[in-house]
Amino acid sequence: MPKINTLDDLKKLRESAQAALKTRAAEAKARVRVSMGTAGIAAGARESLKALMGELEKHSFCDLQIVEDPTLGPDKNEPIVCVERDGFVTQYVKVTADMARKIAAQHIVNGQAVSEWAVARSKK
Amino acid sequence: MKIYRLHVLMCGGTQCVSAGGESFESVLKDELKKHNLTDEVQIVRSGCMGACDRGPLMLVYPEGILYQRLKPSDAKEIVAEHFLKGRKVKRLMWTEDGHPYPTMNEVPFFARQTKIVLRNCGLINAESIDEYIAADGYAALGKAITEMKPADVVAEVKASGVRGRGGAGFPTGLKWELGAKSTGDTKYIICNADEGDPGAYMDRSVLEGDPHSVLEGMAIAAYAIGAKQGYIYVRAEYPLAIKRLEQAIKQARAYGLLGNNILGTTFCFDVKMRMGAGAFVCGEETALINSIEGKRGEPHLKPPYPVTSGLWGKPTVINNVETLASIPVIIHKGQEFFRKIGTKASPGTKVFSLAGKVNTTGLIEVPLGMPLREIIFDIGGGIPAGKKFKGALTGGPSGGVIPMEHLDTPVDYESLNALGSIMGSGGLIVMDETSCMVDIAKFFLEFTVDESCGKCTPCREGTMQMYRLLKKITEGKGEEGDIEKLEAMGKAIKSTALCGLGQSAPNPVLSTIRFFRHEYEAHIKDKKCPSGVCKMKEEAAVKA
Repeated sequence: MPKINTLDDLKKLRESAQAALKTRAAEAKARVRVSMGTAGIAAGARESLKALMGELEKHSFCDLQIVEDPTLGPDKNEPIVCVERDGFVTQYVKVTADMARKIAAQHIVNGQAVSEWAVARSKK
Repeated sequence: MKIYRLHVLMCGGTQCVSAGGESFESVLKDELKKHNLTDEVQIVRSGCMGACDRGPLMLVYPEGILYQRLKPSDAKEIVAEHFLKGRKVKRLMWTEDGHPYPTMNEVPFFARQTKIVLRNCGLINAESIDEYIAADGYAALGKAITEMKPADVVAEVKASGVRGRGGAGFPTGLKWELGAKSTGDTKYIICNADEGDPGAYMDRSVLEGDPHSVLEGMAIAAYAIGAKQGYIYVRAEYPLAIKRLEQAIKQARAYGLLGNNILGTTFCFDVKMRMGAGAFVCGEETALINSIEGKRGEPHLKPPYPVTSGLWGKPTVINNVETLASIPVIIHKGQEFFRKIGTKASPGTKVFSLAGKVNTTGLIEVPLGMPLREIIFDIGGGIPAGKKFKGALTGGPSGGVIPMEHLDTPVDYESLNALGSIMGSGGLIVMDETSCMVDIAKFFLEFTVDESCGKCTPCREGTMQMYRLLKKITEGKGEEGDIEKLEAMGKAIKSTALCGLGQSAPNPVLSTIRFFRHEYEAHIKDKKCPSGVCKMKEEAAVKA
């Protein structure tokens, strides 16, 4: 472990330690809901979720909370992903692993909704 | 950076572990493997969450779902339903009158508490200095040693009005001021972690769940009084607390938060641990100092007080675990913040271990001045099995009983003293109509008889004589005049014993006589135990 030599070092360490604990915080920059009922899993929701998380890790983006919902919409639309960010809730349906990666990078990390896939967008 | 979508906090307090928390955790880990979830779920061992009666406890973030009374067989369902699919397992949630409370913040037991000392207990990884730092840990130390002069720190603590949480309630700021004014280039700060009241485990939980808060408090105290070396005197019966403290000291040294030139300043401070062998009297500060010096754990007359001549004859400030753990909050958030909590004469909060005949036993922290009724009925959920409340004992073997008619007493130093009890270290034992007050007094006196060091006559002989009288009374052999003898002896011991142990030992007896004299009389005159606890001579004869 490197020594903490100044108040500034301590502050930096605090910020990075807090970043790793956003899952336990009252709120985070982004909140992602993934439909994970039986139908969702059958439609590949697990693979999409893993792809999403992998992409976020690549970008070291951890200012978020991931919540699984038993079901967010009709079975035919599974897997469903909802992204809450910047005061808006955006829903994506039939999210494949590839789509999940793009949603992660473009929307969750950079705040630009993937408009061609977004089926609904509402104020939080 | 690794991302875990679920953070699972397993209560690592001694009760939850002994209730089977570890075997639950190992099955949980197996189940996570089976479902390929080990990459997505982080398991953290936290400190005591407080609701020890409901253990093993588990808290699942981001939603903060609380599961209770977990058995290894529950792990499968939690993983398959909640962790995999997001379906919360209702049957394992905290339920009262058929109503489930999914998250910790909704449960009445937690919702009515105010946490300062236990601010991190149960919410962070007890073995991680990074998580302590994330929760503003060591920010107060940083502020103190870079922005404040030692005298400013003393003034801030003095203005906060915080009083010693070990029992006597001596103003901490005043103690520090005396320590700072003592002359000498070598001074010591000691953390008194020799918690010994039967049924009390506040300090243990803080040491197990948030050891860095105590280290930070000690470092701030050391800066304030001008000490370079600190000692933690902890009883050997607390192996987990010792392990976590040792680990915390190592981590703090590695970061340079203990050692030389902390945070680039001229302030140097380090901490050593000393283990006690579990003698109750070693919680008394002069006996504690003797014990650290390798001598017999016996108290001596004060003055000299430790602030002028303590450890190895040097000025020494001794603070209790809970007191020290509240110091970082006072410095970080300011004395005004602290003063807003509690009462004018007793600001801040107090941790209690709620035990005995109450629905939810466990560790709680409430603002000082909260009425006893609120603690027992609103937080503790009242008396089990429809029984009636009879009294609550505060202060353990040095305290007294608060009866039904004083149930609305605000719990603070002054109000408890007025009733012949003391705040003590925070043991709170609730008794219902099936508890015999004479028997309770006998139980605590037996404890003090055992723990008396034997140095002074009033405590060594007096408590033994009082115990014999109580034993006689509970066996149905009591005589007219025994109550008066107990009262006279009690008063004499209180005013003549050498140290706090003896001076407070008669309290349980005197206070039960004061409020439950009729129970003593029933034992003596009618040879009956109204609560049916004591095996009286005649009853025993009839049964035989």
